[in-house]
Amino acid sequence: MSKANSLLKKAGSILFDNKVMIAFAMICLAAILLSGSSLSFIVDGVFTRITRNTFTVLALIIPVLAGLGLNFGIVIGAVAAQIAVFWVVYWGFGGFGGMMLSVLIATPLAVLFGYLVGKLFNRMKGAEMIAGLILGYFADGLYQLLFLVIIGGIIPVDNPKLIISGGVGVKNTIDLTGNLKYAIDSVRMVDIVTVLFYVVLAITLVKVVLHLLKKYQLKKNDLILFGVAGVIFGISYIPVIERFLSTDRLGLLDALTAVLIVLAVIQLVKIGKSLFIEKAQPKALVKPIAALVVYGVIYALTFIPQIEEVLLFVKLPVLPFLLIAGLCWFNHKLLSTRLGQNMRTVGQSQSVAMASGINVDQTRVIAMIISTVLASWGQLIFLQNIGTFSTYGAHTQIAQFAIAALLVGGASVQKATNKQAIIGVILFHTLFIVAPQAGKQLFDNAQIGEYFRVFVSYGVIALSLAMHAWKKYKKDDQTPTGGPNQESSILAPVSVKQEIQK
Amino acid sequence: MKTLKNFYDNIGLPRLIIGLFFVFLVVTSIVLGFSPAAIFSDVLRRWLMYGTLVLAMVPGIQSGIGLNFGISLGISAGLLGSVLSMEISFLRNWNEVLGAGAPWLTLLLALLFGVVMAAVLGTLYGMLLNRVKGSEMTVSTYVGFSVIAFMNIVWLSLAFKNGELSWPLQGRGLRNTASLSGSFGGLLSNPDVVKSTQPAGLQWLAFRIGEFTIPLGLILVFALLCFFVWLFFRSKLGIAMSGAGENQLFTTSSGINVDKKRIQGTAISTVLGAVGIILYAQTYGFLQLYNAPLMMGFASVASILIGGASVRRAKISHVLIGTLLFQGILVTALPVVNEVIEIGTLPEVLRIIISNGIILYALSKTKGGNQ
Repeated sequence: MSKANSLLKKAGSILFDNKVMIAFAMICLAAILLSGSSLSFIVDGVFTRITRNTFTVLALIIPVLAGLGLNFGIVIGAVAAQIAVFWVVYWGFGGFGGMMLSVLIATPLAVLFGYLVGKLFNRMKGAEMIAGLILGYFADGLYQLLFLVIIGGIIPVDNPKLIISGGVGVKNTIDLTGNLKYAIDSVRMVDIVTVLFYVVLAITLVKVVLHLLKKYQLKKNDLILFGVAGVIFGISYIPVIERFLSTDRLGLLDALTAVLIVLAVIQLVKIGKSLFIEKAQPKALVKPIAALVVYGVIYALTFIPQIEEVLLFVKLPVLPFLLIAGLCWFNHKLLSTRLGQNMRTVGQSQSVAMASGINVDQTRVIAMIISTVLASWGQLIFLQNIGTFSTYGAHTQIAQFAIAALLVGGASVQKATNKQAIIGVILFHTLFIVAPQAGKQLFDNAQIGEYFRVFVSYGVIALSLAMHAWKKYKKDDQTPTGGPNQESSILAPVSVKQEIQK
Repeated sequence: MKTLKNFYDNIGLPRLIIGLFFVFLVVTSIVLGFSPAAIFSDVLRRWLMYGTLVLAMVPGIQSGIGLNFGISLGISAGLLGSVLSMEISFLRNWNEVLGAGAPWLTLLLALLFGVVMAAVLGTLYGMLLNRVKGSEMTVSTYVGFSVIAFMNIVWLSLAFKNGELSWPLQGRGLRNTASLSGSFGGLLSNPDVVKSTQPAGLQWLAFRIGEFTIPLGLILVFALLCFFVWLFFRSKLGIAMSGAGENQLFTTSSGINVDKKRIQGTAISTVLGAVGIILYAQTYGFLQLYNAPLMMGFASVASILIGGASVRRAKISHVLIGTLLFQGILVTALPVVNEVIEIGTLPEVLRIIISNGIILYALSKTKGGNQ
């Protein structure tokens, strides 16, 4: 009885912790059912949007960790990317090389911008979010000044395709077809495998040399990594596989199968380890075996005709997904480094961080630089996938939508994870895809659906900011020390300390 | 020398730059051959047009909720009031029944609807802000955005009969901009409208001296509103409210209910927002629905900050100076820019840079003051 009770309680708390996500999932489900769109259409749309937007959403996680709240300043990273894209297109570069050049230009710009934003935020501790929001608008103004007046007005340019006919200012849209469109998406898998192999080879060689110089102790894992890379590289020369790998898109079915196989292998290794090396109790085997069963069921489900149709319909660009996975890994690994630990400490309490000798201001600036650079890369992925660069509009909503997506996934001002970012992107963009159609079915007006999704994106931010502030305020009421994420330092009347001094 | 430094400290660098810029623009435009009367008429008109919306910032700041980005709530109430009153006026055919009195009754009804709705919404909003003390600005910004987005859905689903409001040949949805020419547009400020619709006894509402237009009716209304707010903050209630905003601990210890004062301040601010948007639409001659009011809160905030207010202290003089400088620059920049470099969008870009720059400056400044 008590066990059932505690189970119920646990279930209740899980539901409560994920209330935003669950509520949103319900809205999505209702909208999907209402819209009557085909499943292939929805799944395809969602995966396209995952490709485009996830990277930017993941760029928000580090500032949350470092106590800077939701980084509305990622607009500035996007601006850096767009400046780079304009010049690259203007100079006539294209393809993967052009994209690399864009990265090369955007990154130092983003580092500079991130540094400046970080410095500014350090002057406004506790008001970072509102400052970031306003800063985004301010940066938009400067960006417009650059693109409308300075380019052509001060910097001489000559390109009738990009410049407004008067010779001053950049046109509203820049077509990326034929230069940067799909520059990342269309990288072939076989090239990725080759490059990865040479990278691993180079790393291993350096390690071996260092080992011979007795500066580094070669580990077993290094050799295993090299072995795996070598085997994969070798396999890629088998004609069947080579043909398979020489495309740039991966069918969702193949991708799912591959992921399931990899996961299954991991679980099998676990089982083997606990059986033969650790000689663990059979109880420890329950989890991996259960996982295996789940994978099996998922794989079996793919044979249902309706699902198979969807899975065969959707094709994924490979490199963007690898980049997203890489960023997840980076966010995850950063936590175990010293810098990541410092950020976490700063995020929890600046005074504690200061007392333990962490340079708080510097840590915050680094967090902002990383976030801004990642946001600029995210914008590059977005632009090359969408294929048309709306000069004055591409960056304006990016912070808004990215933050709404992250919050929908269940993140808060103080806590955000990779998982929440990915779930958030899926849910938020599902609603984005089906809302117009649902609005049309429900109110006979697609526009209402579109306004509804905008309302939801604003509303979810308003709600979660309010809930956060409420919780915070209640806590502060009991222990009157202003937290790091508060505007209180600006708005609070004269503090108690000053009161006494008076 | 010392008084000069005092003077500089009082003004502050950004206001000095903006003030000089305004003077520079005025001088340039006169040098370029624009008629001073036309320029100053325009400046005066825009000053009065935005004045009340900026005035709505004062009770918010004074009662301690900070810069009220959520003024969109009041704006939406005002717009909804105007739309409803115009529809009633159309259904009852006031234009024929009442003649010259019709626009007056429409205007008063719009104000009545707007004020009542704003008072209710403002009270609820104040209660919300009391629960999020310390993060009012971020929350209010997004509450403001959400309200505008929600109102978009409302505008789209209203089915009105008045052809000036609704799209022709469609059962549902209101226009993006509805003309007020058949209603209360220009009633207090446009000499032509006053001449053609109002009796001789009311011709003083708006008239011309040479090229210079004097919207006396609007001036009187705005002056009256400013006077009321000024008077309010000298009443017992107003002083208690300022106290609540200035020093919560002290005020609580002297027996004032801080939370209640904040709610009252927010409600008054929201009500002034509703009145403000109606006066704005009256002067402009059009009712702007949908996303048009999205950034109006930012313009109001920027104006009062340019006028010298901080996030904790604001006066009527800040409203007057700030609105004059901010709107003055926007009005005068357009002809000057067009004459010099022919880039029509530059004033809009300037507006974005100035308004957001000044808000950022104020935010960073207050922090510095607190340390």
